[in-house]
Amino acid sequence: MPKDGGIGASSKRREDVRFLTGAGNYTDDINMHGQAYVHFLRSDIAHGTITNIDTSAAAGMPGVVRIFTSSDFEGVGGIPCGWQVTDKHGQPMQEPAHPILAQGKVRHVGEPIAAVVADSLAEARDAAEAIVVDIDELPAVVDMKAALQDGATKVHDDLDNNLCYDWGFVEENKDAVNKAFEDAAHVTSLELVNNRLVANPMEPRVAVGDYARGTDESTLYTTSQNPHVIRLLMGAFVLGIPEHKLRVVAPDVGGGFGTKIFHYQEEAFCTFAAKACNRPVKWTSSRTEAFISDAHGRDHVTKIELALDADNNFTAIRTETHANMGAYLSTFAPSVPTWLHGTLMAGNYKTPLIYVNVKAVFTNTVPVDAYRGAGRPEATFQLERVVDKAARELGVDPIALRRQNFITEFPYATPVAVEYDTGDYHGTMDKLEEMGDFEGFAARRAESEKNGKLRGLGVNCYIEACGIAPSNLVGQLGARAGLYESATVRVNATGGLVVMTGSHSHGQGHETSFAQVVAEMIGIDENMVEIVHGDTANTPMGMGTYGSRSIAVGGSAMVRATEKIINKAKKIASHLLEASEADIELKDGAFSVAGTDKSVAWGDVTLAAYVPHNYPLEDIEPGLEETAFYDPSNFTYPSGAYACEVEVDPDTGKVTIERFAAADDFGNIINPMIVTGQVHGGLAQGIGQALLENCAYDENGQLLSASYMDYAMPRADDLPMFDVDHSSQTPCTHNPLGVKGCGEAGAIGSPPAVVNAVVDALQSAGKDVTHIDMPLSPDRVWAAMNC
Amino acid sequence: MYNFDFEKPGSVADAVAALGAEDAQALGGGQTLIPTLKQRLAQPSKLVSLKGIAEMQGVCTGDDGAICIGGATNHATVAAEAGAYPALAATAAHIGDPAVRNRGTIGGSLANNDPSACYPAAALGSGATIVTNTREIAADDYFQGMFTTALDEGEIITEVRFPVPEKANYQKFVQPASRFALVGVFVAKYADGVRVAITGASNDGVFRWAEAEATLSSNFSPDAIDGLSLSGDDMISDLHGTGDYRAHLCGVMTKRAVAAAA
Repeated sequence: MPKDGGIGASSKRREDVRFLTGAGNYTDDINMHGQAYVHFLRSDIAHGTITNIDTSAAAGMPGVVRIFTSSDFEGVGGIPCGWQVTDKHGQPMQEPAHPILAQGKVRHVGEPIAAVVADSLAEARDAAEAIVVDIDELPAVVDMKAALQDGATKVHDDLDNNLCYDWGFVEENKDAVNKAFEDAAHVTSLELVNNRLVANPMEPRVAVGDYARGTDESTLYTTSQNPHVIRLLMGAFVLGIPEHKLRVVAPDVGGGFGTKIFHYQEEAFCTFAAKACNRPVKWTSSRTEAFISDAHGRDHVTKIELALDADNNFTAIRTETHANMGAYLSTFAPSVPTWLHGTLMAGNYKTPLIYVNVKAVFTNTVPVDAYRGAGRPEATFQLERVVDKAARELGVDPIALRRQNFITEFPYATPVAVEYDTGDYHGTMDKLEEMGDFEGFAARRAESEKNGKLRGLGVNCYIEACGIAPSNLVGQLGARAGLYESATVRVNATGGLVVMTGSHSHGQGHETSFAQVVAEMIGIDENMVEIVHGDTANTPMGMGTYGSRSIAVGGSAMVRATEKIINKAKKIASHLLEASEADIELKDGAFSVAGTDKSVAWGDVTLAAYVPHNYPLEDIEPGLEETAFYDPSNFTYPSGAYACEVEVDPDTGKVTIERFAAADDFGNIINPMIVTGQVHGGLAQGIGQALLENCAYDENGQLLSASYMDYAMPRADDLPMFDVDHSSQTPCTHNPLGVKGCGEAGAIGSPPAVVNAVVDALQSAGKDVTHIDMPLSPDRVWAAMNC
Repeated sequence: MYNFDFEKPGSVADAVAALGAEDAQALGGGQTLIPTLKQRLAQPSKLVSLKGIAEMQGVCTGDDGAICIGGATNHATVAAEAGAYPALAATAAHIGDPAVRNRGTIGGSLANNDPSACYPAAALGSGATIVTNTREIAADDYFQGMFTTALDEGEIITEVRFPVPEKANYQKFVQPASRFALVGVFVAKYADGVRVAITGASNDGVFRWAEAEATLSSNFSPDAIDGLSLSGDDMISDLHGTGDYRAHLCGVMTKRAVAAAA
């Protein structure tokens, strides 16, 4: 019987009522009295020296409050980077300055040069057109390998070159890895591109800055996945505002997918300008601005090699990746191709020796940072593609080759510095084989061929590291922040609870699933629990939501705080029941004395806490409110096996996905319906990357796919009905809920399945095609078939 | 968007008068023009909406049996009411999405002559007549290259007349992002011959594939296309496909249109 509440129940998402009835409160819904609007004049040139900015004509135009250029920010810090990577020689990465408004040079199309604050947005735009900017154009640095050649034009003149860092992992293993390749019975190598993507959350970014002259307090309303992180970075590093004078509010947020983690110039600008103009200042990104100012994702070019012994055991992996940083270092950009990518290169396999080299490169493009999966999709894609290619080269079944090399004993310490706590890779593959009806594939292929279509089947596995992350570990790896999470549980006198979490929901359904956890622990109705998030003024310092961390880290903090509540409530109950605390049991929202029929209801205890007439005041304080901070001892390691079946139209190259099965192991599950929804969304994004999405620049640094006319987002009719299962559950061993996280799995696990399937389809027709770079758009597939 | 004046006249004559103002611009359904204005890429002094002109609305059958569509008729109406010319109704039914089909007009589409739009292929493929406030223009004379037509400044498409063929079909291979035609082929078989019009492919906008027309006129079967090919040299080459790919698709889609023609 499915439960109708608490952990394991598919409770309906309570937040959807307001989202679907237009009652959400998004940042753009926030309008302040006397608010002015800012329009950013952005560079339409990828690279050039600014020789002159003349704002004199614009300054006198109707409605203009003030025009800002970089000279207005001389006493202000730049946008900080939150992670410092150390290169293979032990040197820190090259870290360029990142001004709020372009200083001296423009370095990508979309970089803000000047900002016009005016009474209305139309007036701000009018005035921006009257600003004269003279730029001496420089050659644009677009191609990563060309950017690293001697004498290449430098994106940042004050750096040595365009190399942010050259990272080797694990550098000490390099010689042993090379030796393993010399000794290998078979080596499979593959060069591939992990295509650049634009996140495209439905809600574009918005910032509203407000300043209270009377109290010298600044408030920023912003579309963020982590308001406390924004407060810390912007307050401490950019504007020099102490946290007690700075409030950051991220109300309802319409999707983030990573790109709303980062601290952006527009946020700092609106906060700064509100004080400078003594008026609230609002910015709402247009979709066009979003394409050229939201941090992009992926953009890796990789060569991967897999060494196997004579028995087809994996003996070593060696990779060389060029990772695009764009023109500046976005908040967590350096960590994505390194610690979120290199550490995952073992995948689900017991490969003993691994060496990962990553060269991070500055180019005249929009900064690149984390996007759903962040580093882990890049690792999974190359690994699962090369394993598939190896199976074809060796003439062995790709599933059998995977199974032969699966890690089967846990905990398992990989050669890339992480330790998987639990997993059952055969279990998820067994489940997948059942779901995928692989026996029926031959008949389905025959049917497709009868209709003039090619049919292919692609399978892959994935592992991800979620629940980021142990603070002491990431500190050693270069993080400039801790990665714990926090929760305050406030019990009201009449028994209802408010849980204030440092996690942030921007579509994930936290308000529902978090309430299920707390309600389960106490044994009360979920509707007695309210989840509050997104406002630094009323939530404890927390690190926000990304990296599939919210239930694993944020949920754990909530469990710890609720345990404290229960412990105190038991003390109160023992007083009320005149029994020993050790004998008090909490079940179904009532405290009872073990072995008796004496009990007291949850509400009686909470009332006593706040009306302490009959209360052990000499032993405990009144009130019932507790805070906990939870710092995980390890990452969590969700895993799974995915299968994709495609049809390819050989006349046009068009790929259609006919079946898609996903067997995941997320450990314990709080709300199966929400988990299914998360997998569906992830699959849509992963399939979008595999078939449709292509963020492309030309050689002049102009973005070719700068609108939905050219950037193809996945739509419902691009996708099949998904077959999703998460009944394989090996609970996480180191967090109290045994959960692993599910937000990114679909986006990580699906691209290789799609490409493997298309390659399989083409090879079935005798085509000598071993790889096609994503997106597998019709023209690319057709070209591969006809080259 | 820059400021502009707005008029919504009730007659063609009033619309023509309103369009006499300097930099005035006719507005059909606005499916191209409004986004252009929002991007500040155009600055008309005045928009003259043609949507209030009753005589430019609707679908009817002419004395010669041709389907006559008012210039301000939206795509959804054509899809619903041009059943006497099924291939035309089906073409209209697959332009854009429901919002586009309920706003966009046939006159607006033909006046804009986007090189990837569907209606130019239908009009050219049907040998339609473009009726304006001043004259009648044969489709063969009307389309003059990307975004270029025979229309004079201020001239309004009041009606489009489509002779109904024996058989016809439109095959659209969509560009994955915009879902405009990457290549769209309209094939129509008339008593006096076959017409094949192709949109999406050429740098010169919609065009007739003379070689295919000649072959199909003597043998209206998909196999007749085998061996025919177009050069990719003058075809659009972009993020979504090379000229050679588009040239290849012209053949594939023509074949499919012939096979599906009804």
